[in-house]
Amino acid sequence: MIAYIARRIVGMIPTIIIVSILTFIIIQLPPGDFFTTLQAEIAESGGGQDKETVKVMEERYGLDKPLTVQYFRWVSGFPRGDFGWSLEWNSPVLPIVLQRISYTVLVGGLSLIFMLIVAVPIGIYSATHQYSVGDHALSLIGFLGLCLPGFLLGLLWMYFGIVVLRVDVGGTLSLQYQHAPWTTAKILDYLNHLWPPVIILGLASTAQLQRIMRGNLLDELRQQYIVTARAKGLSERKVVNKYGVRVAVNPLISVMAMEVPKIISESTIVGIVLSVPTTGPLLLRALTSQDMYLAGTFLLFMSLLLMFSNLLADIALAWIDPRIVYT
Amino acid sequence: MKNLQDCSEALEKVYEQYATTHDIAEDSEGSIALTERRRLESIYAASQWQLIWRKFVRNRVALVGGIVIAMYYLAVLFAQFIAPYSLTERFGKYIYLPPQRVHFLHDGKFRPYVYDINLEIDEDLRKIYTPDLEKVIPIKFFVHGEPYKLLGLLETDIHLFGSDDGIVSILGTDRQGRDMFSRILFGSQISLTIGLVGVLLSLTFGSVLGVVSGYYGGRVDNLIQRSIELVRSFPAIPLWMALSAAVPPHWPPLRTYFVVTLILSVIGWTWLARQLRGKVLSLRNEDYVLAAKLAGASDFRIIFRHLIPATFSHIIVVSTLAMPAMILAETALSFLGLGLRPPITSWGVLLREVQNFQSIALYPWVFTPALAIAIAILAFNFLGDGLRDASDPYTV
Repeated sequence: MIAYIARRIVGMIPTIIIVSILTFIIIQLPPGDFFTTLQAEIAESGGGQDKETVKVMEERYGLDKPLTVQYFRWVSGFPRGDFGWSLEWNSPVLPIVLQRISYTVLVGGLSLIFMLIVAVPIGIYSATHQYSVGDHALSLIGFLGLCLPGFLLGLLWMYFGIVVLRVDVGGTLSLQYQHAPWTTAKILDYLNHLWPPVIILGLASTAQLQRIMRGNLLDELRQQYIVTARAKGLSERKVVNKYGVRVAVNPLISVMAMEVPKIISESTIVGIVLSVPTTGPLLLRALTSQDMYLAGTFLLFMSLLLMFSNLLADIALAWIDPRIVYT
Repeated sequence: MKNLQDCSEALEKVYEQYATTHDIAEDSEGSIALTERRRLESIYAASQWQLIWRKFVRNRVALVGGIVIAMYYLAVLFAQFIAPYSLTERFGKYIYLPPQRVHFLHDGKFRPYVYDINLEIDEDLRKIYTPDLEKVIPIKFFVHGEPYKLLGLLETDIHLFGSDDGIVSILGTDRQGRDMFSRILFGSQISLTIGLVGVLLSLTFGSVLGVVSGYYGGRVDNLIQRSIELVRSFPAIPLWMALSAAVPPHWPPLRTYFVVTLILSVIGWTWLARQLRGKVLSLRNEDYVLAAKLAGASDFRIIFRHLIPATFSHIIVVSTLAMPAMILAETALSFLGLGLRPPITSWGVLLREVQNFQSIALYPWVFTPALAIAIAILAFNFLGDGLRDASDPYTV
């Protein structure tokens, strides 16, 4: 198992290298470069960034040299934890990115938990009450959730918040707590702003999971061992929960793994709509202001996050299902 | 003659088999009722596409979805005709006008009309519109208005409805006094075609690469699969954002439109390619492919003459289900100000003009483009789901 994980990580290295090259090319695409934007900014703000910084940066990242040199200067900083300098924030890129990534991981992780908690019981109910009114209603809601992506749901939620609740439901904290010390009330307020992005992100995947759970369990309940269990006189609850569900739940791991890229991707735009500090809002600003090292590092780290979550999913699957043999 | 007899004998066998497996009551002489016989005969004789169609129309939800989509695309084609006003016509007097209520009956006859508007300004300098119950503005059909070219060919100035003596704005106006209904219609021209063009582009890359990958296998397959994995190791929306941030704002609208479509297809093709590869992998060992090979057909011919047509129903399903994602991606990007920008008007651009959520609270009708998007997305999903079930007409 450890050998397998090691092999997978080593196997990821070429992908990471190509991804970093592609990222670098993509952030170089906008017309005008980093340096001219910086100079324009200096002219505009009347010397907000001093010429000295520009000079230092130019030397450090080889901004006057060809692209390949610039790329290698950028990459060579990685082992030292130097992913470039953000001109807009006037600070190293790494802490900014890590802070945003960790919030994304928090929201994304919570929505994974949310979808597991919600989808599995609904799936079980739908399968055991196939074609009942409840099953149809839940399937319909699931279908709606599947069709309306986070972006629209976020907009609708903001609309609902303003029109019905008459509060600004976005952000991480209400206005009055923004600079207040951490008290119970503030924590509650924080949590109160945390669940909407979690649910909005998780909803589409919940619907997917719920459909698959229903299908899996229906398949399992037709198996012979279930008939045997019933014939032995086990209670229906035991038959379903201890026999059917135990088997039907396994494949959900890979389904969840397939949902992770979607959640990472959606989290950007949901973050922007609800103005919560996922990677989205800053990535957008970095892209529009051509703060290229910040944008590039965001893109790189989100790809890394995606790759590692895939790896984690494979490991989890191997751990849960001993039938899977890894080579 | 011999052949015909064989056929009818074969048919008889099918009937019998069908009757025994489906518990169809046979009458006293042991033969199947005539109506049932006819029904079976038509099923037996129908082509695959006829079977698909029959199964599809039985699915009500999918049918409704299909009709809604058809209506959307009709609106795209005839937007200039249906829209009472042009994209940029401004009614400076009526800024943020709420939707007017349309009354259909006048003196017991079908004569739709709206009331004229009284304008007051309250102490906060906000405009208050109230219907002027005294003055009726009749809605006339086929009225003369702004000239345009119907379908880009026919020069005309006739609009489906409108009025000569006042504004008719069934969905209200925006912050510049432009008619929302007209703008949503013009927005659909961009949003719904960008989905179509984007899917077509992804389809061209995706189906060729997917089929080639599945057919040849080996090193080609490996190369294509690795590149798909590479594209997939970027999260979709951030990659789209980064790419469309590179589109210079000063480009002409048409070029921006196509580049944005191209950007959307960068990820779209990987999904289609994966789907088709799987399908072709299972078809590759079919006898007819072997027969074509033995007959000396070139790989090119086998792929384009046999494999792609064989996956055609699958391609239709997959591309219908890919449409909502494309439309939403465009909407999201334009909403962020990264994709299309004014003067190009798409649904996303319209949503961006909402600007802040406070204006939604005061003027909720400027949010109607979101409704148009939601309905289109749902309809596409219903249609795609129905097509997926119908595309395999041999399973019940």
